[in-house]
Amino acid sequence: MSLNIIVLAKQVPDTRNVGKDAMKADGTINRAALPAIFNPEDLNALEQALKLKEMYPGSKVTVLTMGPARAAEIVREGMYRGADGGIVLSDRAFAGSDTLATSYALSAAVRKIGDYDIIIGGRQAIDGDTAQVGPQIAEKLGIPQITYAEEIMGVDNGVITVKRRIESGVETVKAALPLVVTVNGSADACRPRNAKALQKFKYAAVPSEVAADEAKQAFIAKRPYLNIGEWSAASVDADLAQCGLAGSPTKVKQIENVVFTAKDARRIENTDEQLETLIKELIANHTIG
Amino acid sequence: MANFYTDNASLKLHLNHPMMRKIVELKERNFADADKYDYAPQNFEDAMDSYDKVLEVVGELAGDVFAENAADVDIQGPHVENGHVVYADGTKKNLDATRKAGLSGMAMPRRLGGLNFPITPYIMAADIVSRADAGFENLWGLQDCAETIYEFASPEQIEKYIPRVCAGETMSMDLTEPDAGSDLQSVMLKATQKEDGQWVLNGVKRFITNGDSDIHLVLARSEEGTKDGRGLSMFIYDKRNGGVTVRRIENKMGIKGSPTCELVYKDAPVELVGSRRLGLIKYVMALMNGARLGIAAQSVGLSEAAYREALDYAKDRRQFGKAIIDFPAVAEILSLMKAKLDASRALLYACSRYVDMYKVYDDIAKERPLTLDEKKEAKHFSRLADAFTPLAKGMTSEFCNQNTYDCIQIHGGSGFMKDYRCERLYRDARITSIYEGTTQLQVVAAIRHVTTGTYLNTIREWEGEEVAPAYEDVKNTLVYMTQQYAASVESVTGVKDPTYIDFMARRMVEMAGHIIMGYLLLQDTQRDASVERSLRVYVKYGQAEVAKHADFIANFRPDQIKDYLFE
Ligand SMILES: Cc1cc2nc3c(=O)[nH]c(=O)nc-3n(C[C@H](O)[C@H](O)[C@@H](O)COP(=O)(O)OP(=O)(O)OC[C@H]3O[C@@H](n4cnc5c(N)ncnc54)[C@H](O)[C@@H]3O)c2cc1C
Ligand SMILES: Cc1cc2nc3c(=O)[nH]c(=O)nc-3n(C[C@H](O)[C@H](O)[C@H](O)COP(=O)(O)OP(=O)(O)OC[C@H]3O[C@@H](n4cnc5c(N)ncnc54)[C@H](O)[C@@H]3O)c2cc1C
Repeated sequence: MSLNIIVLAKQVPDTRNVGKDAMKADGTINRAALPAIFNPEDLNALEQALKLKEMYPGSKVTVLTMGPARAAEIVREGMYRGADGGIVLSDRAFAGSDTLATSYALSAAVRKIGDYDIIIGGRQAIDGDTAQVGPQIAEKLGIPQITYAEEIMGVDNGVITVKRRIESGVETVKAALPLVVTVNGSADACRPRNAKALQKFKYAAVPSEVAADEAKQAFIAKRPYLNIGEWSAASVDADLAQCGLAGSPTKVKQIENVVFTAKDARRIENTDEQLETLIKELIANHTIG
Repeated sequence: MANFYTDNASLKLHLNHPMMRKIVELKERNFADADKYDYAPQNFEDAMDSYDKVLEVVGELAGDVFAENAADVDIQGPHVENGHVVYADGTKKNLDATRKAGLSGMAMPRRLGGLNFPITPYIMAADIVSRADAGFENLWGLQDCAETIYEFASPEQIEKYIPRVCAGETMSMDLTEPDAGSDLQSVMLKATQKEDGQWVLNGVKRFITNGDSDIHLVLARSEEGTKDGRGLSMFIYDKRNGGVTVRRIENKMGIKGSPTCELVYKDAPVELVGSRRLGLIKYVMALMNGARLGIAAQSVGLSEAAYREALDYAKDRRQFGKAIIDFPAVAEILSLMKAKLDASRALLYACSRYVDMYKVYDDIAKERPLTLDEKKEAKHFSRLADAFTPLAKGMTSEFCNQNTYDCIQIHGGSGFMKDYRCERLYRDARITSIYEGTTQLQVVAAIRHVTTGTYLNTIREWEGEEVAPAYEDVKNTLVYMTQQYAASVESVTGVKDPTYIDFMARRMVEMAGHIIMGYLLLQDTQRDASVERSLRVYVKYGQAEVAKHADFIANFRPDQIKDYLFE
């Protein structure tokens, strides 16, 4: 049995190493000051995909990322570790996407790929931090989802078995293919880049990265494995009204730096009444709801 | 989140040495593999970029994996189960990572599954790995035993074993026995050939690093009745065939993750490598030369770790209202540590380039006859490699011991505690000047090049090179040190007493070492001004050391040696 696996991977600013110039005066991220990295939990996701590929030889791992052309680096990083290839979904029309528009675009790309068994993403991106994209894709494609996955145990007769890390412990669940799995950071770390793959794929590129370099184009033309797909909104038949800013009901109005202090801290007992009082209070002051 | 390659600018300085162009072009046979293998470089720049990228992976593994596991590995260590070694958990993870990263058989040709890297970037990887965990460097670095198979074994053996090493199987070199340490001519492990031609081994080896490896190179006595090195041959033992068990693992002071095994051979089937009787005098000599370079790299990596730990601590720790680094006494220790580190590294890579040059010619000579010029060049570099290997192993390992000692000193009482990394570095460093030939044995190998003038000729050649005016003063000091060295050598050899030469050998080898490292730092400074500080500090130190030795020799009457010798 061989599987077609799509790994959703996002290029994110490295918010784990935030220096003092990480934010601009207007409160937005200063992307120039933060190195662009492979979203950490997406590396955990990739590792699960590569393990499946080892378990079921002949399986194919495709990295799918939405972002500017330089996000091709994410696909290359995937290939250095054992992915077979990848696609960069890139179009000005996708700019300003919230989670709804992001998952719309990605699900359109997944449909275009068509023949897939498992879509594996990270639980959450370290910049947007919503953990919504994976589940939304599953909804849009109308397929099952397993979140907080820690280990994909195997696939048998079209049924996948997955260990999930949940608050109170570990749970093992089964679901039918095709499906979306989002992987938790507690899963195995991704394997390192492989020296041979690194040398083999270091010149892999999307067409727009080499648009101005004929020598590189000729080099890639002779080596089809160096082609990384570059898809636009049109190439995935996306409805522009559902893409980017236009397709994003979320509008970021203002961003503030909030420093949490303990002065408002209050202890409540773990009883139903006390919890209910608290929740009512929070709804009343619009903290939630 | 640490990368031990990208955070260390001095590595790139050595990787980008001007001699690399020639080394790479020869090693790649003018890039003949470019269209044959999808991971082969197209040209020099491409090759250098690949080394850089792969070293970045090594740096990442070193910083994020090996260094992180090192403390646990040191505590847990390996153990024996049913005659076989079980590594510490961290060691298993480290090995798994290096296998997945494809960092085995780095210097082996592509047709055998290797990366075809020159020795220099391979040694750089060893330097990086050692900074993270010196004990793990042994397990990973034993891959260079494959070099000996590649050079001397039959085509069938090469095809059989090297691809396995490239795929990540580990190796060991089984030389030492209870009564054969520095003196390997006394090896007694018995090799007998059965009627069907099969060789088998019987006996015991001890102190064998990674003695439960997949593929062993074994030195054994094949010629019954002989007593010296000419009765020894080299064999390959394949663990898949069985016959060797681990009796015990030594309980060591340092490099605790690296299993040091006592091995029992019971009719262990083996294959002869090359010709009988050449085991020690040819193959082991080559094997040890490669391994010595590896230990020099291990020493440099440890020196690097020690310097960094000490520097961080000295900036952090405050006494008498200021950081201790602001006390001149502490600053001097740190500056000297850094100078010794940079000098060690300069010597290591000078040596590795010489090894690269002669090895690549040796390899080309298997494909076609070398031209006269090539032969001359090969001979020149072979001689330099021969002279620089014991010097590098000896000097860098002693410096690494000194640096880890000083690292503890900078930490004060905390350094004596198990809580700080410097304590482990100090224990790990201690072995570097013992195995692969003690420092005394390195001196035995190097003294030939003192008396025959290899060092002096090289130094004189460098003396002829121009330096920027700002460094004329340093060069003048080096010229003066050279005069003192030459005069000392003349006075010692003039006595014409081998015992006297043996007695003074260490001093003369060290003098040559200080001058050579001074010049190498001077050359590095021409390419990168940031080396200047280490250059100046090192030459000041070397000058005093050379003067001390020159003084000792000048004021020594040969008959005074009797005060030192025992009946
Ligand atoms: C300050 C700020 C506030 C925001 N607030 C909101 C908000 O309130 N509501 C809202 O809807 N959006 C909001 N957004 C936008 C949104 O968070 C992201 O821009 C959106 O693109 C993806 O969501 P995420 O990063 O949270 O991904 P997550 O949902 O956290 O990502 C989960 C997984 O989905 C996959 N994935 C996510 N993005 C991609 C991609 N581009 N390519 C491939 N795989 C991907 C990865 O596998 C990832 O691990 C905000 C953005 C900012 C900067
Ligand atoms: C941790 C560890 C790992 C090892 N790994 C391996 C391995 O993988 N494979 C292997 O084969 N061996 C290995 N060895 C053995 C190692 O190479 C020997 O211990 C080393 O060569 C010294 O031999 P010895 O211990 O018998 O000391 P000896 O030879 O007994 O030396 C004792 C002292 O005498 C001095 N000495 C001896 N001869 C001379 C001389 N001619 N001139 C001046 N001084 C002299 C030495 O310098 C030393 O100070 C390992 C040893 C250790 C401790």
